[in-house]
Amino acid sequence: MLDDFFVRALLAGVGVALVAGPLGCFIVWRRLAYFGDTLSHSALLGVVLAFLLQINITLAVFGVCAAVALSVLALQRNASLSSDSLLGMLAHSSLALGLVALAFMSSVRVDLMGFLFGDILAVSHLDLAVIYIGGGIVIAVLFFIWRALFAATVNTDLAAAEGLRPDRANIVFMLLMAVVIAISMKIVGVLLITALLIIPAATARQLARGPEQMAVFAAILGAIAVVAGLFGSLEWDTPSGPSIVVSAAALFVLVLLPVVAISRRRAPAERRSSL
Amino acid sequence: MLDRSSNLVTLENAGLNRGGAWLVRGVDLTVRGGEVVTLIGPNGAGKSTTAKIALGLLAPDEGSAKRAPGLSVGYVPQKLSIDWTLPLSVARFMGLTNRIAAAEIKEALDLVGIAHLAGSEVRHLSGGEFQRALLARAIARKPDLLVLDEPVQGVDFSGEIALYELISNIRTSLGCGILMISHDLHVVMASTDSVVCLNGHVCCQGTPHAVAESSEYRELFGGRAAATLAVYEHAHDHTHLSDGTVQHADGSVTEYCHPDDGHHHDDEHGEADHAG
Repeated sequence: MLDDFFVRALLAGVGVALVAGPLGCFIVWRRLAYFGDTLSHSALLGVVLAFLLQINITLAVFGVCAAVALSVLALQRNASLSSDSLLGMLAHSSLALGLVALAFMSSVRVDLMGFLFGDILAVSHLDLAVIYIGGGIVIAVLFFIWRALFAATVNTDLAAAEGLRPDRANIVFMLLMAVVIAISMKIVGVLLITALLIIPAATARQLARGPEQMAVFAAILGAIAVVAGLFGSLEWDTPSGPSIVVSAAALFVLVLLPVVAISRRRAPAERRSSL
Repeated sequence: MLDRSSNLVTLENAGLNRGGAWLVRGVDLTVRGGEVVTLIGPNGAGKSTTAKIALGLLAPDEGSAKRAPGLSVGYVPQKLSIDWTLPLSVARFMGLTNRIAAAEIKEALDLVGIAHLAGSEVRHLSGGEFQRALLARAIARKPDLLVLDEPVQGVDFSGEIALYELISNIRTSLGCGILMISHDLHVVMASTDSVVCLNGHVCCQGTPHAVAESSEYRELFGGRAAATLAVYEHAHDHTHLSDGTVQHADGSVTEYCHPDDGHHHDDEHGEADHAG
């Protein structure tokens, strides 16, 4: 069954979506959408470095993303620039650096489109293993630091005063983001990774009543978007990565539709009056 | 388990310098278990800064801040805004920094008078309700030390008095130390063991009685502030002497007040005042 490229694509996409959903919630809560872009843009630099140094692409992308993420943290701490300027600067500098470095590789032909938009139908057995092992580690670590990371998201001082080490949680979160970018790049591509992080989380926000519930919903909604997008791309012969993002966006719109919205609004009202 | 009778937090000559200016300097401060220490002072006096130094959130540039090892803290920060993107019920908010049993959550919410809001989203609470939730959350942790930065801001008048009474009762029931920042001088003076009056430096400190008598305090807050205190200064069963010791009604002298001593106002009398 795993020999069928379509089955492998489904498994890979669902695996990435299950990890991206919960992490995406933190991106939404912390208003870090631009941060996701920064990391994914710098992923291209990682790809180029991997070709130049003849090392594993996923590892190289993780390395570059982690370096960028940690420098964002360090710069945020003592720079006089706002976070969005800082992120914009890093995003485009690293993207430009990647493109410039690409020009030096005259001997190697790189399928730039594959990295920009993903190539989920070319997922190998090894890719699958990387996604599920890497993704499993990310979820396990996230589970472990959940309370500290969430408390730090609400208020850093409060978390620190009550002994939760928010600094450590933030660094771990940055590294988890780097892992997710590295393993999901092949699925939806550098340009669309942020969508896979944010859209399912934003959709889950409309439905969830608590942070943990929102994380679980985001994972499920992401998985649904992957399955729907891949079948859609098979049916209508559309590019797979963008199809996944389009179906995620369609889910978001579906949740906003009046029928769903009204029934949702009624539920909490009844609950409140019964108390 | 921490020995709460010892010093929970000790600041010695602590100061914080930012960009060449001292936000606060030369602060000596000790909080013990079962004791309420209140920081008062005008805006920009360094009250919140001092609290953050005590909490370890800011490292002093001068002097030292020591916390008892293993100290557990409940903190009500001066400002806390919940982003509207966070789906967060009051009950979940209570367990923000550690797991708390449902019964204890209910108990704490009951104490501050918002048990009926347990299922509500935090971002839908009014300012006063949210302030109560913050206080409940800190209490529910049953910490060794409570640090309350203007804990009753935005709370209605009758609620304010009830909450101060609650805070005063908690240190007895939990046996915890409380470091509080407040602008409500009249209440503070009535329910505090020790007052530190800040104005960039410690302008005066000691028992509420001693502070209110000091000329620095009168200069800083004016004669009227001293007069409000008089309302509450009646029928105490012990007197704080100038050397810091306490003379009790029976004539005995001890080093500190005891929890079972009458405080700086007669309880019954105080209640009648509050009701009226």
